[in-house]
Amino acid sequence: MAQAPALPGGFELPLEPRLPRIGSVDAVALEERAASLAKRSIKKDAKVWALQLAIRCTDLTTLEGADTPGKVAALCSKAIRPDPSDAHVPSVAAVCVYPNLVPVAVDRLRGTGIHVASVATGFPSGQYPTDIKIADARRAVEAGADEIDMVIDRGAFLSGRYAKVYDEIVKVKEAVGDAHLKVILETGELGTYDNVRRASLLAMAAGADFIKTSTGKVNPAATLPVALCMLEAIRDVHEETGRLVGFKPAGGVRAAKQAIQHLVLVNETVGPDWLTPELYRIGASSLLNDILMQLRKEKTGAYQSPDYFTLD
Amino acid sequence: MTRLPVKKTYKLFVGGEFPRSESGRTYEAEGQNVARASRKDVRDAVKAARAAQPKWAGATAYNRGQVLYRLAEMVEARAGEFAELSTGREEVERAIDRGSSNPVAGPYFNFTVPEPTGVVAVLAPEEPPLLGLVSRLIPPVVGGNSVVAVASETRPLAAIELAEAVATSDVPGGVINILTGYRRELGPVLASHMDVNALDLAGADGDSPELERLAAENVKRVVHGRADVQSPWEIASFLELKTVWHPIGQ
Repeated sequence: MAQAPALPGGFELPLEPRLPRIGSVDAVALEERAASLAKRSIKKDAKVWALQLAIRCTDLTTLEGADTPGKVAALCSKAIRPDPSDAHVPSVAAVCVYPNLVPVAVDRLRGTGIHVASVATGFPSGQYPTDIKIADARRAVEAGADEIDMVIDRGAFLSGRYAKVYDEIVKVKEAVGDAHLKVILETGELGTYDNVRRASLLAMAAGADFIKTSTGKVNPAATLPVALCMLEAIRDVHEETGRLVGFKPAGGVRAAKQAIQHLVLVNETVGPDWLTPELYRIGASSLLNDILMQLRKEKTGAYQSPDYFTLD
Repeated sequence: MTRLPVKKTYKLFVGGEFPRSESGRTYEAEGQNVARASRKDVRDAVKAARAAQPKWAGATAYNRGQVLYRLAEMVEARAGEFAELSTGREEVERAIDRGSSNPVAGPYFNFTVPEPTGVVAVLAPEEPPLLGLVSRLIPPVVGGNSVVAVASETRPLAAIELAEAVATSDVPGGVINILTGYRRELGPVLASHMDVNALDLAGADGDSPELERLAAENVKRVVHGRADVQSPWEIASFLELKTVWHPIGQ
Protein backbone atom coordinates (compact mmCIF):
# COMPACT_ATOMS: atom_id res chain seq x y z
CA MET A 1 0.00 0.00 0.00
CA ALA A 2 1.38 3.37 -0.92
CA GLN A 3 2.21 5.87 1.76
CA ALA A 4 -0.69 8.22 2.42
CA PRO A 5 -0.08 11.90 2.97
CA ALA A 6 0.16 12.86 6.61
CA LEU A 7 -3.25 13.26 8.15
CA PRO A 8 -4.19 14.83 11.45
CA GLY A 9 -4.85 12.46 14.35
CA GLY A 10 -7.94 10.33 14.46
CA PHE A 11 -8.06 9.80 10.76
CA GLU A 12 -4.87 7.96 9.97
CA LEU A 13 -4.42 4.57 8.36
CA PRO A 14 -5.47 1.90 8.17
CA LEU A 15 -8.89 2.66 6.88
CA GLU A 16 -10.36 -0.82 6.83
CA PRO A 17 -10.87 -1.13 10.60
CA ARG A 18 -12.58 2.23 10.54
CA LEU A 19 -15.19 1.28 7.99
CA PRO A 20 -17.62 -0.40 10.40
CA ARG A 21 -17.52 2.73 12.53
CA ILE A 22 -18.36 5.03 9.65
CA GLY A 23 -21.99 4.40 10.39
CA SER A 24 -24.97 4.36 8.12
CA VAL A 25 -27.03 7.19 6.69
CA ASP A 26 -30.65 7.79 7.62
CA ALA A 27 -31.94 8.05 4.05
CA VAL A 28 -35.41 9.33 4.96
CA ALA A 29 -34.09 12.09 7.19
CA LEU A 30 -31.42 13.01 4.65
CA GLU A 31 -33.91 13.43 1.82
CA GLU A 32 -36.32 15.27 4.07
CA ARG A 33 -33.68 17.74 5.20
CA ALA A 34 -32.39 18.30 1.68
CA ALA A 35 -35.95 18.94 0.49
CA SER A 36 -36.70 21.34 3.33
CA LEU A 37 -33.51 23.33 2.74
CA ALA A 38 -34.44 23.59 -0.94
CA LYS A 39 -37.54 25.57 0.00
CA ARG A 40 -35.66 28.66 1.14
CA SER A 41 -36.75 31.77 -0.72
CA ILE A 42 -33.76 33.78 -1.91
CA LYS A 43 -34.80 36.98 -3.67
CA LYS A 44 -33.52 40.30 -5.01
CA ASP A 45 -30.15 41.42 -3.59
CA ALA A 46 -29.51 38.09 -1.88
CA LYS A 47 -30.29 36.31 -5.13
CA VAL A 48 -27.88 38.47 -7.10
CA TRP A 49 -25.20 37.88 -4.47
CA ALA A 50 -25.79 34.13 -4.55
CA LEU A 51 -25.77 34.00 -8.35
CA GLN A 52 -22.51 35.95 -8.56
CA LEU A 53 -21.02 33.61 -5.97
CA ALA A 54 -22.22 30.65 -8.01
CA ILE A 55 -20.43 32.05 -11.07
CA ARG A 56 -17.23 32.60 -9.08
CA CYS A 57 -17.47 28.97 -7.94
CA THR A 58 -18.21 27.52 -11.38
CA ASP A 59 -15.96 25.03 -13.12
CA LEU A 60 -17.04 25.76 -16.67
CA THR A 61 -16.92 22.35 -18.27
CA THR A 62 -16.88 20.76 -21.68
CA LEU A 63 -16.31 17.02 -21.79
CA GLU A 64 -17.47 15.83 -25.16
CA GLY A 65 -15.82 13.59 -27.67
CA ALA A 66 -16.43 16.36 -30.19
CA ASP A 67 -14.49 19.02 -28.26
CA THR A 68 -12.09 20.94 -30.48
CA PRO A 69 -9.44 23.59 -29.73
CA GLY A 70 -11.82 26.17 -31.16
CA LYS A 71 -14.61 25.18 -28.84
CA VAL A 72 -12.33 25.23 -25.81
CA ALA A 73 -11.00 28.64 -26.84
CA ALA A 74 -14.56 29.96 -27.03
CA LEU A 75 -15.31 28.43 -23.66
CA CYS A 76 -12.25 30.15 -22.17
CA SER A 77 -13.41 33.53 -23.49
CA LYS A 78 -16.73 32.91 -21.84
CA ALA A 79 -15.01 31.88 -18.61
CA ILE A 80 -13.15 35.20 -18.48
CA ARG A 81 -16.13 37.41 -19.33
CA PRO A 82 -19.33 35.39 -18.95
CA ASP A 83 -21.49 38.37 -19.92
CA PRO A 84 -19.59 40.84 -22.10
CA SER A 85 -22.36 43.40 -21.68
CA ASP A 86 -22.13 43.50 -17.89
CA ALA A 87 -18.85 44.23 -16.10
CA HIS A 88 -20.36 43.25 -12.75
CA VAL A 89 -20.48 39.60 -13.75
CA PRO A 90 -17.34 37.91 -12.36
CA SER A 91 -15.12 35.33 -14.04
CA VAL A 92 -15.61 31.66 -13.27
CA ALA A 93 -13.23 29.66 -11.07
CA ALA A 94 -11.88 27.20 -13.61
CA VAL A 95 -12.29 25.65 -17.00
CA CYS A 96 -12.56 21.87 -17.01
CA VAL A 97 -11.53 19.91 -20.13
CA TYR A 98 -10.05 16.63 -21.32
CA PRO A 99 -6.24 16.29 -21.05
CA ASN A 100 -5.66 16.77 -24.77
CA LEU A 101 -7.22 20.22 -24.63
CA VAL A 102 -5.41 21.42 -21.53
CA PRO A 103 -2.69 23.28 -23.53
CA VAL A 104 -5.36 25.28 -25.39
CA ALA A 105 -7.03 26.29 -22.15
CA VAL A 106 -3.70 27.11 -20.46
CA ASP A 107 -2.77 29.31 -23.39
CA ARG A 108 -6.05 31.18 -23.36
CA LEU A 109 -6.30 31.64 -19.61
CA ARG A 110 -2.72 32.70 -18.89
CA GLY A 111 -2.68 35.68 -16.54
CA THR A 112 -6.40 35.64 -15.83
CA GLY A 113 -6.27 33.76 -12.52
CA ILE A 114 -8.72 31.19 -13.85
CA HIS A 115 -7.61 27.66 -13.11
CA VAL A 116 -7.35 24.91 -15.68
CA ALA A 117 -8.84 21.63 -14.52
CA SER A 118 -8.44 18.39 -16.39
CA VAL A 119 -10.28 15.15 -15.91
CA ALA A 120 -7.94 12.18 -15.74
CA THR A 121 -7.45 8.57 -14.61
CA GLY A 122 -9.53 7.01 -17.34
CA PHE A 123 -12.45 9.41 -17.14
CA PRO A 124 -15.35 8.71 -17.00
CA SER A 125 -15.29 4.97 -16.15
CA GLY A 126 -12.01 4.61 -14.30
CA GLN A 127 -11.83 1.03 -15.55
CA TYR A 128 -8.17 1.10 -16.64
CA PRO A 129 -4.92 -0.29 -15.21
CA THR A 130 -3.57 1.74 -12.33
CA ASP A 131 -0.30 2.71 -14.02
CA ILE A 132 -2.17 4.11 -17.01
CA LYS A 133 -4.42 6.15 -14.74
CA ILE A 134 -1.43 7.56 -12.91
CA ALA A 135 0.30 8.39 -16.17
CA ASP A 136 -2.91 10.02 -17.39
CA ALA A 137 -3.02 12.32 -14.37
CA ARG A 138 0.70 13.09 -14.52
CA ARG A 139 0.54 14.00 -18.20
CA ALA A 140 -2.40 16.35 -17.57
CA VAL A 141 -0.37 18.18 -14.93
CA GLU A 142 2.66 18.32 -17.24
CA ALA A 143 0.43 19.85 -19.90
CA GLY A 144 -0.36 22.66 -17.50
CA ALA A 145 -3.47 21.67 -15.57
CA ASP A 146 -3.36 22.85 -11.97
CA GLU A 147 -6.45 20.93 -10.93
CA ILE A 148 -7.09 17.25 -11.60
CA ASP A 149 -10.54 15.70 -11.48
CA MET A 150 -9.94 11.97 -11.04
CA VAL A 151 -12.54 9.21 -11.01
CA ILE A 152 -12.55 6.36 -8.52
CA ASP A 153 -12.76 2.77 -9.69
CA ARG A 154 -16.43 2.10 -8.95
CA GLY A 155 -16.06 -1.52 -9.98
CA ALA A 156 -13.50 -2.03 -7.24
CA PHE A 157 -15.51 -0.04 -4.71
CA LEU A 158 -18.75 -1.90 -5.32
CA SER A 159 -17.00 -5.28 -5.09
CA GLY A 160 -15.58 -4.35 -1.71
CA ARG A 161 -11.97 -3.75 -2.79
CA TYR A 162 -11.75 -0.46 -0.91
CA ALA A 163 -7.99 -0.77 -0.54
CA LYS A 164 -7.55 -0.62 -4.31
CA VAL A 165 -9.67 2.51 -4.56
CA TYR A 166 -7.78 4.04 -1.66
CA ASP A 167 -4.39 3.10 -3.09
CA GLU A 168 -5.16 4.62 -6.44
CA ILE A 169 -6.21 7.92 -4.92
CA VAL A 170 -3.01 8.02 -2.87
CA LYS A 171 -0.86 7.24 -5.90
CA VAL A 172 -2.60 9.81 -8.09
CA LYS A 173 -2.24 12.38 -5.34
CA GLU A 174 1.50 11.70 -5.33
CA ALA A 175 1.68 11.87 -9.10
CA VAL A 176 -0.06 15.24 -9.43
CA GLY A 177 2.10 16.89 -6.79
CA ASP A 178 0.92 20.42 -6.02
CA ALA A 179 -2.05 20.26 -8.36
CA HIS A 180 -5.41 20.33 -6.67
CA LEU A 181 -6.96 16.85 -6.58
CA LYS A 182 -10.71 16.46 -6.90
CA VAL A 183 -11.99 12.91 -6.49
CA ILE A 184 -15.14 12.02 -8.41
CA LEU A 185 -17.23 9.39 -6.62
CA GLU A 186 -19.88 9.03 -9.36
CA THR A 187 -22.62 8.74 -6.77
CA GLY A 188 -25.18 7.71 -9.39
CA GLU A 189 -23.38 4.39 -9.63
CA LEU A 190 -22.82 3.83 -5.91
CA GLY A 191 -26.42 2.88 -5.23
CA THR A 192 -26.90 3.87 -1.61
CA TYR A 193 -26.25 6.86 0.63
CA ASP A 194 -24.23 4.53 2.87
CA ASN A 195 -21.90 3.91 -0.05
CA VAL A 196 -21.72 7.62 -0.82
CA ARG A 197 -20.71 8.38 2.74
CA ARG A 198 -18.20 5.53 2.79
CA ALA A 199 -16.64 6.61 -0.52
CA SER A 200 -16.53 10.24 0.65
CA LEU A 201 -14.63 9.35 3.82
CA LEU A 202 -12.37 7.00 1.91
CA ALA A 203 -11.47 9.66 -0.64
CA MET A 204 -10.81 12.26 2.04
CA ALA A 205 -8.68 9.85 4.04
CA ALA A 206 -6.66 9.11 0.91
CA GLY A 207 -5.84 12.77 0.47
CA ALA A 208 -8.52 14.33 -1.73
CA ASP A 209 -8.52 18.13 -1.72
CA PHE A 210 -12.07 18.09 -3.06
CA ILE A 211 -14.71 15.42 -3.33
CA LYS A 212 -16.96 15.65 -6.35
CA THR A 213 -20.31 13.97 -6.93
CA SER A 214 -20.32 12.92 -10.55
CA THR A 215 -18.78 12.79 -13.97
CA GLY A 216 -21.85 14.26 -15.59
CA LYS A 217 -22.12 11.15 -17.78
CA VAL A 218 -24.45 9.22 -15.44
CA ASN A 219 -27.95 9.94 -14.19
CA PRO A 220 -28.76 10.72 -11.41
CA ALA A 221 -25.84 13.04 -10.75
CA ALA A 222 -25.61 15.87 -8.21
CA THR A 223 -28.94 15.50 -6.44
CA LEU A 224 -29.51 17.54 -3.30
CA PRO A 225 -29.63 14.54 -0.90
CA VAL A 226 -26.35 13.19 -2.27
CA ALA A 227 -24.77 16.62 -1.92
CA LEU A 228 -26.01 16.84 1.67
CA CYS A 229 -24.65 13.37 2.43
CA MET A 230 -21.19 14.29 1.14
CA LEU A 231 -21.23 17.67 2.90
CA GLU A 232 -22.03 15.92 6.17
CA ALA A 233 -19.03 13.64 5.63
CA ILE A 234 -16.88 16.73 5.00
CA ARG A 235 -18.27 18.32 8.15
CA ASP A 236 -17.51 15.18 10.17
CA VAL A 237 -13.93 15.06 8.91
CA HIS A 238 -13.52 18.74 9.72
CA GLU A 239 -14.86 18.27 13.23
CA GLU A 240 -12.66 15.25 13.84
CA THR A 241 -9.44 16.44 12.26
CA GLY A 242 -9.75 20.15 11.51
CA ARG A 243 -9.03 19.44 7.86
CA LEU A 244 -10.88 21.51 5.24
CA VAL A 245 -11.96 19.43 2.26
CA GLY A 246 -13.74 21.06 -0.66
CA PHE A 247 -16.94 19.95 -2.34
CA LYS A 248 -17.99 20.00 -5.96
CA PRO A 249 -21.44 18.98 -7.16
CA ALA A 250 -21.37 18.32 -10.89
CA GLY A 251 -23.91 17.12 -13.39
CA GLY A 252 -27.61 17.84 -13.40
CA VAL A 253 -27.29 21.39 -12.02
CA ARG A 254 -28.75 23.31 -14.94
CA ALA A 255 -30.92 26.01 -13.41
CA ALA A 256 -29.91 29.04 -11.38
CA LYS A 257 -32.49 28.03 -8.79
CA GLN A 258 -30.78 24.65 -8.30
CA ALA A 259 -27.42 26.36 -7.86
CA ILE A 260 -28.87 28.53 -5.10
CA GLN A 261 -30.34 25.46 -3.42
CA HIS A 262 -26.88 23.88 -3.43
CA LEU A 263 -25.37 27.02 -1.92
CA VAL A 264 -27.99 26.97 0.84
CA LEU A 265 -27.08 23.36 1.54
CA VAL A 266 -23.40 24.27 1.90
CA ASN A 267 -24.13 27.23 4.14
CA GLU A 268 -26.36 25.20 6.43
CA THR A 269 -24.17 22.09 6.61
CA VAL A 270 -20.52 23.16 6.69
CA GLY A 271 -21.03 26.89 7.12
CA PRO A 272 -20.14 30.07 5.24
CA ASP A 273 -16.40 29.29 5.36
CA TRP A 274 -17.04 26.94 2.48
CA LEU A 275 -18.74 29.58 0.31
CA THR A 276 -15.56 30.33 -1.59
CA PRO A 277 -14.03 28.95 -4.81
CA GLU A 278 -11.16 27.53 -2.72
CA LEU A 279 -13.56 25.09 -1.05
CA TYR A 280 -16.61 24.97 -3.24
CA ARG A 281 -17.12 24.47 -6.95
CA ILE A 282 -20.06 23.72 -9.18
CA GLY A 283 -19.32 21.69 -12.27
CA ALA A 284 -21.52 23.06 -15.01
CA SER A 285 -21.91 23.94 -18.65
CA SER A 286 -25.49 24.98 -19.34
CA LEU A 287 -25.95 26.37 -15.80
CA LEU A 288 -23.91 29.48 -16.56
CA ASN A 289 -26.30 30.76 -19.22
CA ASP A 290 -29.27 30.33 -16.94
CA ILE A 291 -27.49 32.31 -14.21
CA LEU A 292 -26.64 35.05 -16.71
CA MET A 293 -30.28 35.18 -17.79
CA GLN A 294 -31.41 35.47 -14.18
CA LEU A 295 -28.89 38.21 -13.46
CA ARG A 296 -30.01 40.20 -16.48
CA LYS A 297 -33.62 39.68 -15.49
CA GLU A 298 -32.86 41.13 -12.06
CA LYS A 299 -31.14 44.06 -13.78
CA THR A 300 -33.72 44.85 -16.46
CA GLY A 301 -36.91 43.45 -14.92
CA ALA A 302 -37.74 41.56 -18.11
CA TYR A 303 -37.69 37.81 -18.50
CA GLN A 304 -34.89 36.74 -20.81
CA SER A 305 -34.52 34.48 -23.82
CA PRO A 306 -31.70 32.03 -24.60
CA ASP A 307 -31.62 33.63 -28.06
CA TYR A 308 -29.55 36.47 -26.65
CA PHE A 309 -26.88 34.41 -24.91
CA THR A 310 -24.01 32.48 -26.43
CA LEU A 311 -24.32 28.84 -27.30
CA ASP A 312 -21.75 26.74 -25.47
CA MET B 1 -82.34 13.52 -1.05
CA THR B 2 -80.40 16.75 -1.43
CA ARG B 3 -77.29 16.65 -3.47
CA LEU B 4 -74.19 18.74 -2.86
CA PRO B 5 -73.32 20.25 -6.25
CA VAL B 6 -69.73 19.90 -7.48
CA LYS B 7 -68.58 23.43 -8.27
CA LYS B 8 -65.96 24.21 -10.86
CA THR B 9 -62.66 25.84 -9.97
CA TYR B 10 -61.71 28.30 -12.69
CA LYS B 11 -58.01 27.86 -13.31
CA LEU B 12 -55.31 28.78 -15.78
CA PHE B 13 -54.33 26.68 -18.80
CA VAL B 14 -50.56 26.27 -19.10
CA GLY B 15 -48.62 23.53 -20.86
CA GLY B 16 -51.72 21.37 -21.30
CA GLU B 17 -52.50 21.46 -17.59
CA PHE B 18 -54.86 23.46 -15.41
CA PRO B 19 -52.81 24.97 -12.58
CA ARG B 20 -54.01 27.57 -10.11
CA SER B 21 -52.03 30.79 -10.17
CA GLU B 22 -48.65 30.21 -8.50
CA SER B 23 -49.51 33.29 -6.41
CA GLY B 24 -52.67 31.63 -5.12
CA ARG B 25 -54.65 34.76 -6.02
CA THR B 26 -58.11 34.90 -7.52
CA TYR B 27 -60.41 37.70 -8.60
CA GLU B 28 -64.13 37.86 -9.07
CA ALA B 29 -65.57 37.92 -12.55
CA GLU B 30 -69.02 36.94 -13.78
CA GLY B 31 -69.91 35.92 -10.24
CA GLN B 32 -67.09 33.37 -10.01
CA ASN B 33 -63.66 33.32 -8.43
CA VAL B 34 -61.21 33.09 -11.29
CA ALA B 35 -57.46 32.53 -11.06
CA ARG B 36 -55.51 35.80 -11.16
CA ALA B 37 -52.27 35.03 -12.96
CA SER B 38 -48.97 36.55 -11.79
CA ARG B 39 -45.79 37.40 -13.67
CA LYS B 40 -44.42 33.99 -12.76
CA ASP B 41 -47.42 32.35 -14.39
CA VAL B 42 -46.56 34.37 -17.49
CA ARG B 43 -42.99 33.10 -17.27
CA ASP B 44 -44.18 29.50 -16.94
CA ALA B 45 -46.64 29.88 -19.81
CA VAL B 46 -43.99 31.33 -22.13
CA LYS B 47 -41.65 28.51 -21.16
CA ALA B 48 -44.32 25.94 -22.00
CA ALA B 49 -45.09 27.71 -25.27
CA ARG B 50 -41.43 27.86 -26.25
CA ALA B 51 -40.96 24.16 -25.50
CA ALA B 52 -43.99 23.17 -27.57
CA GLN B 53 -43.38 25.47 -30.54
CA PRO B 54 -40.70 23.66 -32.60
CA LYS B 55 -42.65 20.41 -32.79
CA TRP B 56 -45.88 22.22 -33.64
CA ALA B 57 -44.12 24.24 -36.32
CA GLY B 58 -42.60 21.03 -37.67
CA ALA B 59 -46.00 19.38 -38.09
CA THR B 60 -47.33 19.59 -41.61
CA ALA B 61 -49.93 22.23 -42.29
CA TYR B 62 -52.26 19.38 -43.17
CA ASN B 63 -51.74 17.81 -39.77
CA ARG B 64 -52.19 21.12 -37.98
CA GLY B 65 -55.41 21.55 -39.90
CA GLN B 66 -56.61 18.16 -38.75
CA VAL B 67 -55.76 18.91 -35.15
CA LEU B 68 -57.57 22.23 -35.27
CA TYR B 69 -60.51 20.55 -36.89
CA ARG B 70 -60.58 18.21 -33.93
CA LEU B 71 -60.54 21.29 -31.68
CA ALA B 72 -63.50 22.60 -33.63
CA GLU B 73 -65.27 19.32 -32.98
CA MET B 74 -64.69 19.76 -29.27
CA VAL B 75 -65.94 23.33 -29.41
CA GLU B 76 -68.93 22.18 -31.43
CA ALA B 77 -69.99 19.96 -28.59
CA ARG B 78 -69.84 22.94 -26.28
CA ALA B 79 -70.90 25.85 -28.44
CA GLY B 80 -72.05 25.16 -31.96
CA GLU B 81 -71.72 28.64 -33.42
CA PHE B 82 -67.93 28.69 -33.05
CA ALA B 83 -67.29 25.48 -34.93
CA GLU B 84 -68.00 27.24 -38.16
CA LEU B 85 -65.35 29.81 -37.50
CA SER B 86 -62.67 27.29 -36.61
CA THR B 87 -63.26 25.00 -39.53
CA GLY B 88 -63.35 28.00 -41.83
CA ARG B 89 -59.87 28.93 -40.70
CA GLU B 90 -58.73 25.37 -41.09
CA GLU B 91 -59.70 25.54 -44.73
CA VAL B 92 -57.83 28.72 -45.48
CA GLU B 93 -54.68 27.78 -43.64
CA ARG B 94 -54.06 24.86 -45.99
CA ALA B 95 -54.14 27.29 -48.84
CA ILE B 96 -51.76 29.79 -47.33
CA ASP B 97 -49.34 27.65 -45.39
CA ARG B 98 -47.57 26.29 -48.41
CA GLY B 99 -44.52 27.52 -50.22
CA SER B 100 -45.21 29.42 -53.42
CA SER B 101 -42.95 30.26 -56.31
CA ASN B 102 -42.86 33.82 -57.55
CA PRO B 103 -42.45 35.01 -61.13
CA VAL B 104 -39.09 36.74 -61.51
CA ALA B 105 -37.68 38.63 -64.50
CA GLY B 106 -34.17 37.18 -64.64
CA PRO B 107 -32.23 33.92 -64.60
CA TYR B 108 -33.31 33.18 -61.07
CA PHE B 109 -35.70 30.87 -59.41
CA ASN B 110 -37.37 32.57 -56.52
CA PHE B 111 -39.65 31.08 -53.93
CA THR B 112 -41.12 32.17 -50.66
CA VAL B 113 -41.71 29.99 -47.64
CA PRO B 114 -43.84 31.12 -44.72
CA GLU B 115 -42.30 30.29 -41.35
CA PRO B 116 -43.91 30.78 -37.97
CA THR B 117 -42.70 33.71 -35.88
CA GLY B 118 -42.36 31.66 -32.68
CA VAL B 119 -44.10 32.40 -29.41
CA VAL B 120 -46.99 34.83 -29.80
CA ALA B 121 -48.54 36.72 -26.89
CA VAL B 122 -52.18 37.68 -27.34
CA LEU B 123 -54.10 40.20 -25.28
CA ALA B 124 -57.62 39.12 -26.20
CA PRO B 125 -60.31 41.76 -26.61
CA GLU B 126 -62.75 42.30 -23.75
CA GLU B 127 -65.74 41.72 -26.02
CA PRO B 128 -66.91 39.39 -27.41
CA PRO B 129 -65.31 37.06 -24.87
CA LEU B 130 -65.15 33.86 -26.90
CA LEU B 131 -65.22 35.00 -30.50
CA GLY B 132 -62.67 37.71 -29.74
CA LEU B 133 -60.29 35.21 -28.17
CA VAL B 134 -60.75 32.61 -30.90
CA SER B 135 -60.27 35.21 -33.62
CA ARG B 136 -56.94 36.29 -32.16
CA LEU B 137 -55.81 32.87 -30.92
CA ILE B 138 -56.35 30.56 -33.87
CA PRO B 139 -54.56 32.46 -36.71
CA PRO B 140 -51.10 32.31 -35.08
CA VAL B 141 -51.69 28.69 -34.06
CA VAL B 142 -52.64 27.78 -37.62
CA GLY B 143 -49.36 29.21 -38.83
CA GLY B 144 -47.30 27.03 -36.48
CA ASN B 145 -46.77 29.48 -33.65
CA SER B 146 -47.48 28.72 -30.02
CA VAL B 147 -49.58 31.21 -28.09
CA VAL B 148 -49.88 32.66 -24.61
CA ALA B 149 -53.23 34.42 -24.47
CA VAL B 150 -54.62 36.67 -21.76
CA ALA B 151 -58.39 36.24 -21.67
CA SER B 152 -61.03 38.92 -21.36
CA GLU B 153 -60.63 40.34 -17.88
CA THR B 154 -64.30 40.97 -17.16
CA ARG B 155 -65.67 37.87 -18.91
CA PRO B 156 -63.03 35.12 -18.63
CA LEU B 157 -65.32 32.10 -18.27
CA ALA B 158 -65.69 31.50 -21.99
CA ALA B 159 -61.90 31.39 -22.31
CA ILE B 160 -61.67 28.76 -19.60
CA GLU B 161 -64.39 26.81 -21.35
CA LEU B 162 -62.32 27.04 -24.53
CA ALA B 163 -59.24 25.84 -22.64
CA GLU B 164 -61.16 22.75 -21.61
CA ALA B 165 -62.06 22.12 -25.23
CA VAL B 166 -58.39 22.56 -26.22
CA ALA B 167 -57.30 20.13 -23.51
CA THR B 168 -59.62 17.44 -24.84
CA SER B 169 -58.63 18.02 -28.46
CA ASP B 170 -55.36 16.88 -30.04
CA VAL B 171 -53.63 20.24 -29.73
CA PRO B 172 -50.30 19.40 -28.03
CA GLY B 173 -49.85 20.75 -24.50
CA GLY B 174 -48.16 24.14 -24.50
CA VAL B 175 -49.20 25.21 -28.00
CA ILE B 176 -52.16 27.10 -26.56
CA ASN B 177 -51.86 28.64 -23.10
CA ILE B 178 -54.59 30.77 -21.59
CA LEU B 179 -54.15 33.04 -18.58
CA THR B 180 -56.86 34.87 -16.69
CA GLY B 181 -56.15 37.94 -14.60
CA TYR B 182 -55.54 41.67 -14.83
CA ARG B 183 -54.39 42.77 -18.27
CA ARG B 184 -52.70 45.85 -16.84
CA GLU B 185 -50.55 43.50 -14.76
CA LEU B 186 -49.84 40.79 -17.33
CA GLY B 187 -49.53 42.90 -20.48
CA PRO B 188 -46.21 44.59 -19.62
CA VAL B 189 -44.66 41.28 -18.52
CA LEU B 190 -45.52 39.71 -21.86
CA ALA B 191 -44.53 42.78 -23.83
CA SER B 192 -41.10 42.94 -22.18
CA HIS B 193 -40.47 39.18 -22.19
CA MET B 194 -37.44 38.59 -24.40
CA ASP B 195 -38.58 35.08 -25.36
CA VAL B 196 -41.85 36.29 -26.88
CA ASN B 197 -41.57 36.95 -30.61
CA ALA B 198 -44.85 38.64 -31.45
CA LEU B 199 -47.52 40.55 -29.60
CA ASP B 200 -51.17 40.97 -30.52
CA LEU B 201 -52.55 44.05 -28.79
CA ALA B 202 -56.20 43.47 -29.71
CA GLY B 203 -57.32 44.02 -26.13
CA ALA B 204 -54.73 46.53 -25.00
CA ASP B 205 -56.91 49.64 -25.31
CA GLY B 206 -55.08 52.72 -24.08
CA ASP B 207 -51.98 50.82 -22.98
CA SER B 208 -50.77 50.17 -26.51
CA PRO B 209 -48.02 52.83 -26.70
CA GLU B 210 -46.37 51.65 -23.50
CA LEU B 211 -46.65 48.00 -24.52
CA GLU B 212 -45.21 48.75 -27.95
CA ARG B 213 -42.31 50.54 -26.31
CA LEU B 214 -41.59 47.47 -24.16
CA ALA B 215 -41.97 45.18 -27.17
CA ALA B 216 -39.34 47.18 -29.05
CA GLU B 217 -36.57 45.85 -26.78
CA ASN B 218 -36.31 42.61 -28.77
CA VAL B 219 -38.12 43.95 -31.83
CA LYS B 220 -41.27 41.92 -31.38
CA ARG B 221 -43.69 41.83 -34.25
CA VAL B 222 -46.61 43.91 -32.98
CA VAL B 223 -50.09 43.36 -34.37
CA HIS B 224 -53.20 45.38 -33.59
CA GLY B 225 -55.74 42.66 -34.15
CA ARG B 226 -59.48 43.17 -34.52
CA ALA B 227 -61.95 41.16 -32.50
CA ASP B 228 -64.30 39.90 -35.19
CA VAL B 229 -62.24 39.54 -38.32
CA GLN B 230 -61.92 36.38 -40.39
CA SER B 231 -59.37 36.40 -43.17
CA PRO B 232 -56.32 34.38 -44.23
CA TRP B 233 -54.29 37.59 -43.86
CA GLU B 234 -54.72 37.21 -40.13
CA ILE B 235 -52.52 34.12 -40.39
CA ALA B 236 -49.90 35.95 -42.43
CA SER B 237 -49.59 38.52 -39.65
CA PHE B 238 -47.70 35.91 -37.63
CA LEU B 239 -45.61 34.39 -40.41
CA GLU B 240 -42.15 35.35 -41.53
CA LEU B 241 -42.04 35.14 -45.30
CA LYS B 242 -38.58 33.94 -46.18
CA THR B 243 -37.66 34.37 -49.81
CA VAL B 244 -34.86 32.41 -51.42
CA TRP B 245 -33.19 33.46 -54.69
CA HIS B 246 -31.57 30.69 -56.59
CA PRO B 247 -29.54 31.23 -59.78
CA ILE B 248 -30.57 29.12 -62.74
CA GLY B 249 -28.30 27.52 -65.34
CA GLN B 250 -24.90 28.22 -63.78
